[in-house]
Amino acid sequence: MSFALETVGVVHPNGQRALQGVTLAARDGERIAVIGPSGAGKTTLLRVLGAALRPGEGSVQALGTAPWRLPPAPLRRLRARIGTVHQAPPIAPRLRVVSAVLAGRLGHWSTARALRSLLHPADIEGAHEALARVAMEDRLFERCDRLSGGQLQRVGIARTLYQRPALLLADEPVSALDPTLADAAVRTLIAQSEATGATLVASLHAVDLALRWFPRIVGMRDGGVLFDRPTAEVTQAMLVALYASEGGPPSADTAVQPLAEPTFRRPDCP
Amino acid sequence: MSPAAATPRRDPQARARIGWTVVALVIAWPMLVLAEFKPWALFAPGNLAVIGGFLAGFLPPEGSPAFLALLARATLETLAMATAGTALAFAIAVPLACLVTRALSVSRIGPGPGGARAMVGRQAVRSLLMVLRAIPEIVWALIFVRALGLGPAAGVLALAITYGGMLGKVYAEILESTDTRPARALLEAGSGRIAALCYGLLPNAAQELASYTVYRWECAVRASVVMGFVGAGGLGQLMDQSMKMLNGGEASSILLVFLALVLLADALSNALRKLLA
Repeated sequence: MSFALETVGVVHPNGQRALQGVTLAARDGERIAVIGPSGAGKTTLLRVLGAALRPGEGSVQALGTAPWRLPPAPLRRLRARIGTVHQAPPIAPRLRVVSAVLAGRLGHWSTARALRSLLHPADIEGAHEALARVAMEDRLFERCDRLSGGQLQRVGIARTLYQRPALLLADEPVSALDPTLADAAVRTLIAQSEATGATLVASLHAVDLALRWFPRIVGMRDGGVLFDRPTAEVTQAMLVALYASEGGPPSADTAVQPLAEPTFRRPDCP
Repeated sequence: MSPAAATPRRDPQARARIGWTVVALVIAWPMLVLAEFKPWALFAPGNLAVIGGFLAGFLPPEGSPAFLALLARATLETLAMATAGTALAFAIAVPLACLVTRALSVSRIGPGPGGARAMVGRQAVRSLLMVLRAIPEIVWALIFVRALGLGPAAGVLALAITYGGMLGKVYAEILESTDTRPARALLEAGSGRIAALCYGLLPNAAQELASYTVYRWECAVRASVVMGFVGAGGLGQLMDQSMKMLNGGEASSILLVFLALVLLADALSNALRKLLA
């Protein structure tokens, strides 16, 4: 069991309810896409899974432990095994790309090694390899404030790839990328999950990307799970119901891909 | 998310803003009265003549080789006092600031375990910083002059204590007011606090931290002059002697040195900011 949420509910400090009665579990190595209209609670769900937000109701299990029953040191070790790709990459603009990527493993490094690495990067090869997978290796020694939003988002993905987490969470990881790059980036995340056996949970705005690459789809609406199905069982009617308030499901390309289209075009993974 | 009909068309904060402006004025007026703020008194004919006479005594600046040698020695002493004091203050402030700043709190994530203990700890360190800076450096200097005798050593210790408190408080606040999301994301991925500081906060805050530290060094130069008056050596002690002997020329030479030191601090600050930009 990679994670298990049991009737989880979250009310933000401002009184707004973000999650209600969410029960969700995944086996090791599963790949799940979370879709739904904005404000449905996708980000909150991922923060709960990442042991970054403690839900007021229900129970959380992640990677075999209950994070909120752990003392500080084991909780820190657990967090080091969970990687999150954030929608707005939280990277200090003056940091160099190489340091931004290497920061992925700060949870595993000693403080001395972390400080030395700021003077001279500890693992240039590793950073280069992670960046190559998002086609950013030529910007290795540039500063992050010289990058565009889409490039920075790819650096954020490379950081999490370099972390090699056992639970890989991605919150709108391709929101700043054009459809071609978005498709490639999602493929990279899938490949990482296949190579390392990591469980992958990604919230995606583009429904077609979710349907094309993920075997399991969770539809969220108003802080709850509307449906949780294998991709083949997701029907157009379910999507229309999910996005009823937004006038139909959004997509990365122009039109929604019809479900009948063959969904397994994966040139890079056999 | 709220429906458009419920959104008010008038700025809901407008009344509070006007209210606070009025409160600020109401508080400021008695302050000015209490402080006997009467700038026009400066321009009364008798007063202008007195001030003019006093200032005329400052010209020309004293330039004899013997005095200049004395001045150079005192300048070096002041610089050494300010620099050593600021360096010690820095060493006191950095660990305390890291303890006190909320930007590096691990227990606030979640919120996780140990939150209450961490809050008590932060409050204790905050109070310590308050005590350090609440007592003016001149008082510390008076105490240390009695303990260590006349000379810059007393000034160094006095500066270290008071400025340690000031630097610690302001460092912690600068770290909180920069973008804390990078550091928080690192802490959420299991990073240690020092690593999160260096990878998440310092790249953004270093410039401001450096310029505030140099500004404090500049203040320390001025403060060390004031402490010189109570016997802590340096330019202040020289100034004290010159003033007591009513030697305006010497005093103005010393003031010119102050001016040069402030210019130096400014140049240093600019250079550091450029370096860290």
